[in-house]
Amino acid sequence: MDFFIQLLVNGLSVGFLYGLSAMGFVMIFKSSSVLNFAHGELLALGAFVFLSLHSVVQLPIGWAFLATLTGCFVLGFLIERFFLRPLIGEPLIYVIMLTVGLAAMLRGLLLLIWGGNLRTLPDFLPAWMDIQSGWLRIPPVYMAAILVGVLFLVLFGLFFKYSAQGIFMRSVADNQRAALSLGVHVRRVFALSWGIAALVAGMSGIILGLMNGISVHDLSAVGLKVFPVVILGGLNSISGAVIGGLIIGVLEAFTGGYLSPSLRDVVPYIVLVVLLLVRPYGLFGLVEIERV
Amino acid sequence: MRKLRLHPCGNYKESYADELAIFSSDYGRLWSLAGIAALFCAVPFISPPYLLYVVNMIGIYAIAAIGLNILVGYTGMISLGHGAFFGVGAYAAAVMSATFNVPFLLSVPAAGLITAGVGMIFGIPSGRLKGLYLTIATLAGQFIIEYVLVHWEGVTRGTEGITVPAPTLFGISLRGDIRFFYVIFAVLALMIWMAVNLIRTRYGRAFIAIRDNDRAAEGMGIPIFSYKILSFGISSFYAGLAGALWAYYMVSVTSEPFNLSLSVEYIAMVIIGGLGSVAGSVYGAVFITVLNESLRWLTDLMMNFGFITQSGLNMAPLREFAFGLAIVLFILFEPRGLAELWRIIRSSFRLWPFSY
Repeated sequence: MDFFIQLLVNGLSVGFLYGLSAMGFVMIFKSSSVLNFAHGELLALGAFVFLSLHSVVQLPIGWAFLATLTGCFVLGFLIERFFLRPLIGEPLIYVIMLTVGLAAMLRGLLLLIWGGNLRTLPDFLPAWMDIQSGWLRIPPVYMAAILVGVLFLVLFGLFFKYSAQGIFMRSVADNQRAALSLGVHVRRVFALSWGIAALVAGMSGIILGLMNGISVHDLSAVGLKVFPVVILGGLNSISGAVIGGLIIGVLEAFTGGYLSPSLRDVVPYIVLVVLLLVRPYGLFGLVEIERV
Repeated sequence: MRKLRLHPCGNYKESYADELAIFSSDYGRLWSLAGIAALFCAVPFISPPYLLYVVNMIGIYAIAAIGLNILVGYTGMISLGHGAFFGVGAYAAAVMSATFNVPFLLSVPAAGLITAGVGMIFGIPSGRLKGLYLTIATLAGQFIIEYVLVHWEGVTRGTEGITVPAPTLFGISLRGDIRFFYVIFAVLALMIWMAVNLIRTRYGRAFIAIRDNDRAAEGMGIPIFSYKILSFGISSFYAGLAGALWAYYMVSVTSEPFNLSLSVEYIAMVIIGGLGSVAGSVYGAVFITVLNESLRWLTDLMMNFGFITQSGLNMAPLREFAFGLAIVLFILFEPRGLAELWRIIRSSFRLWPFSY
């Protein structure tokens, strides 16, 4: 029983991080229906920039954090401006392949600058985040992940529901041409969504790095694991991303614990195939039925 | 002897047969024959061993890239699992020849057929999914196949790999680059011939109809599910055949090469070469292989400079960067690829001095 609970807790906390990483991904999909294969690299970029700002430039933690997030936002903006914008209206395969190419470029760049070794981030979380009640102890990293996750969840929920920009984003995702004809500034929507997504990715990258240390290869693998998570949760549901992340995390932990550790990494994809056959729009996604 | 036709200066086609013709002028046919003759008679003897190895790799990749182009360029389904199918073909051939002593002539097509079967299984999701969702399903297929290749140790011998015995064809032992050159390029020529003609049949036209508008295709009575599965099967057959040749050529087969980046490389070949063009797949295979080899050469060269090694800079990631950059630049500036560039160059010569 102890083993079970331990696996459950591990799975939930890893799953929460998956969910957190998936948020930025869903953000881009929700506003522009682009699958971003470079998401893992954006995660890694945030973590590495933070590390360098802190350890090389010697900025204090708070400033380093703010600077990283601003940098990520600007980078997302630039990526959209120079790479994605010329492709508005082009067939899907070009957009997907562009993000694949972008992923290779960013990965090459990251490896060139920071190398492929595992690095550790400084532990800067305050002591009050370390929660201990009875036998259950939640380490500060998980606490931070939960706090950031809930914060983003609430912010995004409000943003998409009430703010004008959020409603524009949803309208663009739903029907680009109709949104254009009604006067929505589609290009600004895309730029903004990439900026926000990169910001969220950078943030999740830092938290992931706090937990496991950062290496380019690990983080880009997480970027691919986002796919089962978002399909499970529904491609355009941000809370679905978190729940999908939790389910995938728990599933991985149980498979690793009870069946075999090597099956652990492939089980999300098996679930993915089955799910795509049975319920392609996921648990909380928008149901679009088209039988052709 | 009939008169040789030159290119007309406009579109003067009078019958459907003209429209379907592969070569629009007899000079095209002559040039192709001359090119094939030059390839078979001259290239293996004048090129140094390393270059011949590169040429052979181009041939193998081109076969698989044509297969992927049938799926992506003609049927409009994006697959990120082509590298894994290539691996299935390689393992099928290796297992057949190492464990069961199946002769070369039988094991290569059999490997193609096995891969076609596997491809059709992973094509089943296409019955309900399209676009993004199908791409993600094939991505999952890539990871699942990779896992099976590593962990089905009874057959694939896991990470240890399989050593393929030297094949013989009609009593001649196939070892050495020159003999393999003939085998690979004979298969490539056959496969190009098959692909070009496939596109002209009702099957090819059905694929194109599905790509252009699947609802209209269904409305016109094309059973699109079975055609999509067929497209997956044909595409994987090409991949399996190429994989089998690769296994024999490389002698030892391990699961490492068949990862996601190989699949991405195939997609890059098809896009850089030109979607929906058989010749384009070959151009793409040439481009990517030459790019890979020249980047390898360049990084090796840079490693030899004292100051770079001393500063501890690892140049290997530069390859990945340049590879990504090539994909991005092609998509941004010539999304229809090298085939389109070649067409523009040709037509500007033909229409000179009134080219536009």
